[in-house]
Amino acid sequence: MPYMVDATRAIGRTTLRTVAAVGRFGYLAVDAGRALRKGSLWAPHLVGQMAKIGVASVPIALFVALFTGVVLALQAAYTFTGAVPQYFVGTLVGKTMLLELGPVLTGLALSGRVGAAIAAEIGAMRVTEQIDALETLAYDPVAYLVVPRVIAGATMFPVVVILADALGISAGLGTAVLRLDMSAFEFLKGLRLFFESWDVWFSLIKSASFGLTVTSVGCFFGFHASGGAEGVGRATTRAVVVSTMIILALDAFWAATLLK
Amino acid sequence: MSIELFDVEKAFGKTQVLNRLTLTIHEGQTVSIIGGSGSGKSTALKHMVGLLRPDDGEVYVDEQNVSRLDQESLYQLRRNVGYVFQFAALFDSMTIAENVGMGLKRMPDMSGDAIDQRVSECLQMVDLEGTAEKLPSELSGGQRKRAGFARAIATRPKYMLYDEPTTGLDPVTTAVIDELIVRMSDELGVTGVVITHDMKSAFRISDRIAMLYHGGIRFEGTPDELRMCEDPVVKGFIEGRPKLMRLAP
Repeated sequence: MPYMVDATRAIGRTTLRTVAAVGRFGYLAVDAGRALRKGSLWAPHLVGQMAKIGVASVPIALFVALFTGVVLALQAAYTFTGAVPQYFVGTLVGKTMLLELGPVLTGLALSGRVGAAIAAEIGAMRVTEQIDALETLAYDPVAYLVVPRVIAGATMFPVVVILADALGISAGLGTAVLRLDMSAFEFLKGLRLFFESWDVWFSLIKSASFGLTVTSVGCFFGFHASGGAEGVGRATTRAVVVSTMIILALDAFWAATLLK
Repeated sequence: MSIELFDVEKAFGKTQVLNRLTLTIHEGQTVSIIGGSGSGKSTALKHMVGLLRPDDGEVYVDEQNVSRLDQESLYQLRRNVGYVFQFAALFDSMTIAENVGMGLKRMPDMSGDAIDQRVSECLQMVDLEGTAEKLPSELSGGQRKRAGFARAIATRPKYMLYDEPTTGLDPVTTAVIDELIVRMSDELGVTGVVITHDMKSAFRISDRIAMLYHGGIRFEGTPDELRMCEDPVVKGFIEGRPKLMRLAP
């Protein structure tokens, strides 16, 4: 019986903490929305953040996409052997990269690279009172720190994902030609067979939502970090875990709402 | 133009930090707030600039109720307040010159040249010429503290809030900072609040001294009145005699 009480208490505490965190996230979102008016504070930092969040993430995104494209082509050929025409390898690689693996794997990789970096940077600023210092110098920290990062994430993730999609499909093509005795013509025939331009838009919408998620969650946990270096570490871990979970939930949400 | 705290209460979780704190700092005065660690000194200071909001009670700066100001009015008020942080709180990705110039960039009608000139003046005042292009990580602890001081005075504020400005500094640098605090008050008429553990420094710079104990004011008076105070808590604290403090009711 005491175990039941303890378990109930733990569930209650976790629920309260989660609800409080969602509430605080809501406040931060509202503040960020209001801070959009303060262009003089965030605009000068936007290009720098776009480079940091987007351009600097290209190598890791391409690395992930390259091997994903190779594996997709090999596994498709293995699965289709004898039963399905080989050019469907192109169909599967194209569809899977654009609709699922391009955005999702890039999003997950960048939640580690970008989300963790943002949470650690802002968290360190919080625990060393740099955010308080910004406030005393009459800077709105949400406009100065959060807005440029979130805009950069929402705009640059789609760019990175499109590059990853392109490289993943190219890697699939290269694998098909070099390892599967397929011609490039056959692969491209399969790629075009069920291609819809909507697939590209779907990939872009998903990746923009992932960019928004990773950066805003990173900012949120950084902003509420406390307790020195250990607190910054905790904030960083939570930022990665929570943004990973939201990315996967959003993935299902977009599939259910946009693919009809 | 003064700073007034009326019956301010503040708790973090179950810990009551400020307990009906009432304190007035008159225009042009420098008031030191002393007290043991965890007595609520820094918490009180943060209320004066709206970094924390009281659970109960009111804080007035320039006759404005800080806890009721909207964000824009609060930023407007903060342009008149300089805050020296305990560990400097310099922005580590910026040079010292950029740090000192941060507040100036928010001032209307400040040209780039005027900002550069004021930054040089402020760095000179704290003996940090030649460090303008360095990063905070390249400076010693004492230099960082002085850079934080330069950043706080750059906008020529009417109020200065100092959170342990001399803790961890060598005696010579402490004397330089003390002299600057006195000059800010005597020459520029700045109203100052200094959180300190350094009694020598407190006696040197203060017009009045207040002692916080269990979140409230235990003593308030001039440095001479403090020296003559017979309250065992106060006497024990300034003389560094914990046994005497334990005798107190």
